[in-house]
Amino acid sequence: MIPFLALVRKDLKLFFNDRKAVVVGMLVPIVLASFFGYLFGGQKGDAETSKVPVLVIDQDGSDVSRGLITQLGSDKNLDVKPSTLDAAREAVRKGKATAAIVIPRDFGRDAGHALFTGAAKPEVGVLYDPSHNVELGMVKGILSGAVMQTVSKEMFTGRSGREMVNESLAQVDNNPQLPAEDRKALRDLLGGVKELNEQRDREGASRQGELSGGLSMPYETREQPITSGQDVEYNGYAHSFGGMGVQFILFMGLDVGIALLMLRQSGLWQRLRAAPLSRTMLLGSRAVSASLIAGFILLVLFGFARVVFGVHIRGSFAGFVGVCAAFSLMTAAFGLMVAALGETVEATRGYSIMATLIMVMLGGAWVPTFIFPKWLQKLTVIIPTRWAMDGLDGMTWRGLGFSSALAPIGVLLFFSVLFGVVAVMRFRWRTEG
Amino acid sequence: MLEVKGVTKRYGKLIAVTDVSFRADYGETIGLLGPNGAGKTTTVSIVAGLLSPDSGEVLIEGKQVKSDTDPVKLKVGLVPQDMALYDQLSARDNLVFFAALYSLGGARARQPIAEALNLVGLSDRAGSKVGTFSGGMKRRLNLAAALLHDPQILLLDEPTVGVDPQSRNAIFENLESLKKRGKTLIYTTHYMEEAERLCDRIVIIDHGKVIADDTLQGLHKLLPVTNVIAIELDHADGFKKEQIMALPSVKSAELEQSTLRVGVHDLSRGAPGILRWLSENGHSYRHVSSEQPDLETVFLTLTGRSLRDS
Repeated sequence: MIPFLALVRKDLKLFFNDRKAVVVGMLVPIVLASFFGYLFGGQKGDAETSKVPVLVIDQDGSDVSRGLITQLGSDKNLDVKPSTLDAAREAVRKGKATAAIVIPRDFGRDAGHALFTGAAKPEVGVLYDPSHNVELGMVKGILSGAVMQTVSKEMFTGRSGREMVNESLAQVDNNPQLPAEDRKALRDLLGGVKELNEQRDREGASRQGELSGGLSMPYETREQPITSGQDVEYNGYAHSFGGMGVQFILFMGLDVGIALLMLRQSGLWQRLRAAPLSRTMLLGSRAVSASLIAGFILLVLFGFARVVFGVHIRGSFAGFVGVCAAFSLMTAAFGLMVAALGETVEATRGYSIMATLIMVMLGGAWVPTFIFPKWLQKLTVIIPTRWAMDGLDGMTWRGLGFSSALAPIGVLLFFSVLFGVVAVMRFRWRTEG
Repeated sequence: MLEVKGVTKRYGKLIAVTDVSFRADYGETIGLLGPNGAGKTTTVSIVAGLLSPDSGEVLIEGKQVKSDTDPVKLKVGLVPQDMALYDQLSARDNLVFFAALYSLGGARARQPIAEALNLVGLSDRAGSKVGTFSGGMKRRLNLAAALLHDPQILLLDEPTVGVDPQSRNAIFENLESLKKRGKTLIYTTHYMEEAERLCDRIVIIDHGKVIADDTLQGLHKLLPVTNVIAIELDHADGFKKEQIMALPSVKSAELEQSTLRVGVHDLSRGAPGILRWLSENGHSYRHVSSEQPDLETVFLTLTGRSLRDS
């Protein structure tokens, strides 16, 4: 036991002796996690999110098109500005506007016809920046709602709507090919609208409000974030600190592996091997010290997140500790495997950095995995970091119980054993003299 | 005590050592002498249990090292050629760590650590970080780290590489002190003067093979001459070395500028006759000295190459 403890203590001493490295090693993930946390839902209260810049080119100049522009401009998510076609195209190309909406000539009239008679629909052009696909979907949704509301309002209560009703009534009466039953039905419908308009004129402005808004969505949404409890806000920092913790601990594991590779080439390795120490002790002690360091890093990161950003462990504390411990062990085993499979330090550094970044990326440490395509979400279950992230998310902001930590802990321990076995089997013990 | 029997080690097609055999008794210092790449470090690594031989065996007090944790390893202390220390830790912390590898913890480690520091003269720097030490101090601490578990056999793989003469001398004194305590030292070097000063027997290795294994005196007997008389002539013009070669005690003669080097087997019998012959034949001289051939000459004689040039 004395040699094992000495080996672990020595690793910890070497790590903490380099105070500058320790501070920088903690500071970098904290800064990055704070930044990502702020971006991904960390803002609280009335912090204003940036509006989507949209340009509008009005080639119609009708009451309908003007109403549409007003409607779009009233949306809190859009920053609407008038423009010309050429200027708008240039602005979108340069990334200064996310989209440009082109309202074509006779839009108001054609949209009305299309609404009542099924005539050809006018085409509203949307020029967009292809790097902003997500915002494009939002702009199109807002545009649909605004067109429906503006056109229906104009058709039911506006000047051009009345002209259209009269025009349409005349067409119905003068169309000999229209079946008698259809003619009667259309005349009743259009006549009803005309009578309604005349009645509104007679009654003056007192009833203006009833249909003056036009057609709008027949529902409203009431959004409620489902977090760990009622009135508990989602804290984006919980995920980002978990993610950055996972990333930097993996890099620490990588350093452990590289250091072991370098150690193999040194006199220190000869001295260690000359002592009556088992291989399990030599590698096991390193795994334990690396796990303790990883646990320390997680402790500092979440401690900082708790104090500064109010990140709480809303779920099982034991589950959180379990996930942290299992991930730390997995990282240490990963480092040992790197050392076992590595040939030269330089080559190993290259491919293991790549492997680490892929694990971090696919594990959802940078961005949550729900952003991934479905097939990729399914694929990432084979990535240990995915389980670490799910476990940390579950125990922090999702507020899940200990039972939800069992699967991540189990999978991480499985990977620890797998990596550990590969490390022990493939490690080249003999120094080449 | 230590027996190395017919040890062979290959790395693929490269044969590092082949059929290496030697033995060392209690209190004996064996020098493994050879040029770089001769197979000295491989031999030491096999003795220390770092490498397994492809054939042959190493016996320490009659026992082979059978596993990583074999207690036989406690009999051996290794001083690697590369510095085996943690620069970030103090000298004492380094020794505490290395003592613990041999299950010496707490109070049990205190005395060996104090003794080792005292032996290498670093007691006053025990609390300093090794990174602040000079090369010579590190070498001395490197030696101290191998002594903590009181091994009977000490394997020293070129322990003076890259140190200044003063530190080298200090290390020699440390080793002589250990020798007096009855430790068995296996000392690899390519410095002949080190082997000559320290070693009771010298094993010369070249291209992975033992080409000689004897005491310094025994190795000298392998040479065609055991002494060289160096005579500075007043006038070397017209001197023919073949003339002096006719004397029965003269085994070799070389004339380099005005210095005549004459090889003899017996200095006391050969020298008077040679000097008399010079006087009688009109060759005056201004200085006479005698030289004993060193290991360099032995190596040159055995391999046809200079040790330093190999």
